[in-house]
Amino acid sequence: MLSTAIMAVETTANPLVPNVWELLVTVVGFAVLLFIVVKYVMPAFEKTFAERTEAIEGGIAKAEAAQAEADAALSEYRQQLTDARTEANRIREEARAEGAQILADLKARAATESARITEQAQVQIDAERQAALVSLRSEVGMLATELASRIVGESLADDARSSRVVDRFLADLEASSQSAGAAQ
Amino acid sequence: MIALALPATTTDDGFIAPTIEDTHYPNILPWGGEYGVMFEAGFGKQMALMILSVIIIATFFLIASRRRQLVPGKLQFLGESAYGFVRNSIGKDIIGGRDFMKYVPWLFTAFFFVLVNNIFGAIPLLQIPTFSHPGSAYAIAAIFFVLWVGIGLKKHGLRYLKLAVVPSGVPWPILIIVVPIEIISNFIVRPVTHSLRLFATMLAGHLIVTLAGSAIAYMVGSGSILLQGTSVLVLLGFIAMYMLEALIMVLQAYVFTLLAAIYIEGALHADAH
Repeated sequence: MLSTAIMAVETTANPLVPNVWELLVTVVGFAVLLFIVVKYVMPAFEKTFAERTEAIEGGIAKAEAAQAEADAALSEYRQQLTDARTEANRIREEARAEGAQILADLKARAATESARITEQAQVQIDAERQAALVSLRSEVGMLATELASRIVGESLADDARSSRVVDRFLADLEASSQSAGAAQ
Repeated sequence: MIALALPATTTDDGFIAPTIEDTHYPNILPWGGEYGVMFEAGFGKQMALMILSVIIIATFFLIASRRRQLVPGKLQFLGESAYGFVRNSIGKDIIGGRDFMKYVPWLFTAFFFVLVNNIFGAIPLLQIPTFSHPGSAYAIAAIFFVLWVGIGLKKHGLRYLKLAVVPSGVPWPILIIVVPIEIISNFIVRPVTHSLRLFATMLAGHLIVTLAGSAIAYMVGSGSILLQGTSVLVLLGFIAMYMLEALIMVLQAYVFTLLAAIYIEGALHADAH
């Protein structure tokens, strides 16, 4: 009975009835594969992962150190730059002040010089005028005397007299010109 | 195409659909049938593929993990991505915390074992998802059943059996109903569905491939212009199903591993539920 039932199962190949050999092959195959994975594959992969993580973290630490160093250098440079700017400003200010000083000095010197030149010119002009006046006076006297002697027909060669006449005339002339200058 | 060679397709009495027996190929070595009915005689293609999958996975990951460079090459990157996917997306995210590393090899092995064996079904000539045979599906689900029950017992002692079936904060009259449901759901339905889900999806996909292949062979060989013309439609539909099947193969490997991780997590933190 039992064997015929089982025979029936076998002949219709009930898809749910396992073949024990296949079952055993599967279990053994799985076990062999699991052994290989545990023993070789997984440790190798995990070790690689760990090494890579370490390398990356080491790299990050190194990068952080470099970053800190760069930051320090940068702040130092910034400080130096600020110092240099301050220094430059100071120098510029000094130069400007010095320039102004020089300019003022030059102006003052130029003013003094011009005053001196003016004064000298004035003096020279006065002297020349004085000289001209003197020479003019003698010359005009001589000419006037000559002229008068020709007019009156007599010699006015008497120097003393003629000199007196001329002086009086000139004195009158000066007086009149002075009064005219005063009236103006 | 293996399917074209199936004997059931070219009989003169019209089309005879292939049966599940047609998906069991003749054995390579006649061997071991004398122990009982459930011991089918012989070393078949399915077992050969199972062993092949172990060799493929082991070889690939041994080579990929061997050179251990800080900046990985293509092969190492592929291996690391695959390992990292199971380790982080399944192990770490589901089990979490400090304990997950202990279970990563189990999940990793399960994922690639199931994945490669499923993909066999999409490769011409190999053309059989190994888990479409129930023995393999039962075996791998049983491994995880034993694993998570073991984890629970180790972590919580015999109290685990109570923790697993008696939800906290439920009044006792309701417990009379809830406790049997929990026992059935956790200790019977869970491992059964864990294995049947994988097995059934793979078998169904494989049957569709077989059916479509033999149907096309029959239609082309029938001598009728109409049937030969229609076979093109079957071929197009078959290609679409083939693509869908490939997707399901990957998806089921993921689902199987994900559920295994969820069961392990449930056993680890049974007192928190």
